[in-house]
Amino acid sequence: MPANLRQKIWSFALIVLFFGGWEVFCLASGMSDLILPRPSQVFETLYNRFPVLWPHIIRTISTTLGGFALGVALGVVLGALIGVSRVAYDTAYPLLIGFSSIPKVAVVPIFVLWFGSGEVPAILTSIAICFFPIVVNIATGLATTEPELEDVLKVWGASKFDILWNVGLPRTMPFFFASLKVAITYAFVGTVLAETVASNRGIGNVMMSASSNFDVPLVFVGLFILAGLGVLLYVVFSLVEGRVTGWATRKNDIAAA
Amino acid sequence: MQTLGQAAQPSVILADEPLRAIELSAATVTFGRGDKAVPALSETSLRIADGEFVALVGPSGCGKSTILRLVSGLVQPTRGVVIVGGREVAAKALRIGMAFQNPTLLPWLTIEQNVMLPLRIVQPFRARYRRERRTTFRDKAHALLGQVGLKGFASRYPWQLSGGMLQRANLCRALIHEPRMLLLDEPFGALDQFTREELWSILQDLWLAHKPTVLLVTHDLREAGFLAGRICVMSARPGRIIDDSPVDFARPRTIAMTFEPEFVTLNQRLRDLIVHTRSLPAEREN
Repeated sequence: MPANLRQKIWSFALIVLFFGGWEVFCLASGMSDLILPRPSQVFETLYNRFPVLWPHIIRTISTTLGGFALGVALGVVLGALIGVSRVAYDTAYPLLIGFSSIPKVAVVPIFVLWFGSGEVPAILTSIAICFFPIVVNIATGLATTEPELEDVLKVWGASKFDILWNVGLPRTMPFFFASLKVAITYAFVGTVLAETVASNRGIGNVMMSASSNFDVPLVFVGLFILAGLGVLLYVVFSLVEGRVTGWATRKNDIAAA
Repeated sequence: MQTLGQAAQPSVILADEPLRAIELSAATVTFGRGDKAVPALSETSLRIADGEFVALVGPSGCGKSTILRLVSGLVQPTRGVVIVGGREVAAKALRIGMAFQNPTLLPWLTIEQNVMLPLRIVQPFRARYRRERRTTFRDKAHALLGQVGLKGFASRYPWQLSGGMLQRANLCRALIHEPRMLLLDEPFGALDQFTREELWSILQDLWLAHKPTVLLVTHDLREAGFLAGRICVMSARPGRIIDDSPVDFARPRTIAMTFEPEFVTLNQRLRDLIVHTRSLPAEREN
């Protein structure tokens, strides 16, 4: 525990050091705040404009969570379908890789073309960007069940479903939660991406209009909010992960329970 | 195994003969097709009576494990017939327990839950699992864990146990559903000498208490001699049985017995057979 605490203190110190260094650098070099505003200016802007920013934050979060939820659902279904058989896994993999290699910025205009600007393309973009790690992790978790264990289960007369239910899915949980942490940040990126391209609301949109007004501190406010939200969502899923799949991390506090 | 009485066991019983748990007739297994075909087992015949403890020994890759997989129904014979519990294997005539060198316990379940896993899957336990998992089934698991010396470890997780303890739990898992047949594929191969000997005694006790038919694949000739009532020696790949001899030492056997001259002689003889078959070219008949 002390080691854990010390690490937390160091992490915090690093963050303080980062912003402190940035502040000092700006002051010392006399950098214009049109190019790089000081962190203190950014926080000040954040504080002053917060009432105006709040609806945008809500919009970005709701879009992200919506896209994330749908992306996870899609990812789980596809991952389970692909992971159940080795053949399906090998067959579908090239297509998935191809799809995941498409830069999602290139897809946003298509979504806008189909659905107009607004929330729908943002949700679709975040689905498109976040479902892939889920598919891969679920499929891999299912496909890598130890063959010996599968033999033992088959000899007991277990059906495919029995194996999936008792071994496959529980085994996949650590992979699944690891992928959730990645997917939530991806979903976030997808949302903001679509908001910057075609939307009238959301943090991405705020940043776009701020930069066209040369309101650089506000652009940085957007960045800070995004970073903060990203960390927040990551932490939430880490906590859930720790509760559900503690067995995979072999922490000593489970031993005591 | 009397408790199994209520589960009807349809089987062909030949008059005056002990029930044959396993019968391989000229079973041949070939993996792959055409040019790439690899013969794993050639025309092997083997009969094992109910309640017998048979060890299969032989050089590596001779098809010992293939016999286990044939008997368990995981592999179908390319030619020949495999009858288990009076039926062709595919029919799944009787309950089988299985244990490999790798204990494959599920890391997210406690030892107790791991041991009870077969009861969730195998009938008739499966139907009663919800009702009895906290009562009779748990008692059953605890009783077995007690027999192998894991009494205080029921609520631990697998990673908290040593290799030897995991293998004991694995044996419990293989036995909890009262299988009539136990298939063991080098279950103690990864353990140190002393743990292994300890587990031989535990396995012997379990067998004496439950009397399932056991087919044990092993590399360790002392292990085979200590545990088995009969040892079958296999030739190099493609395997066939070249020697089949009873082991008559009185039970329960002790580790000390394995150092007595008679036992050493048996050991020596098996060793010579295997060394000899290893040195032969695979294709040639012995």
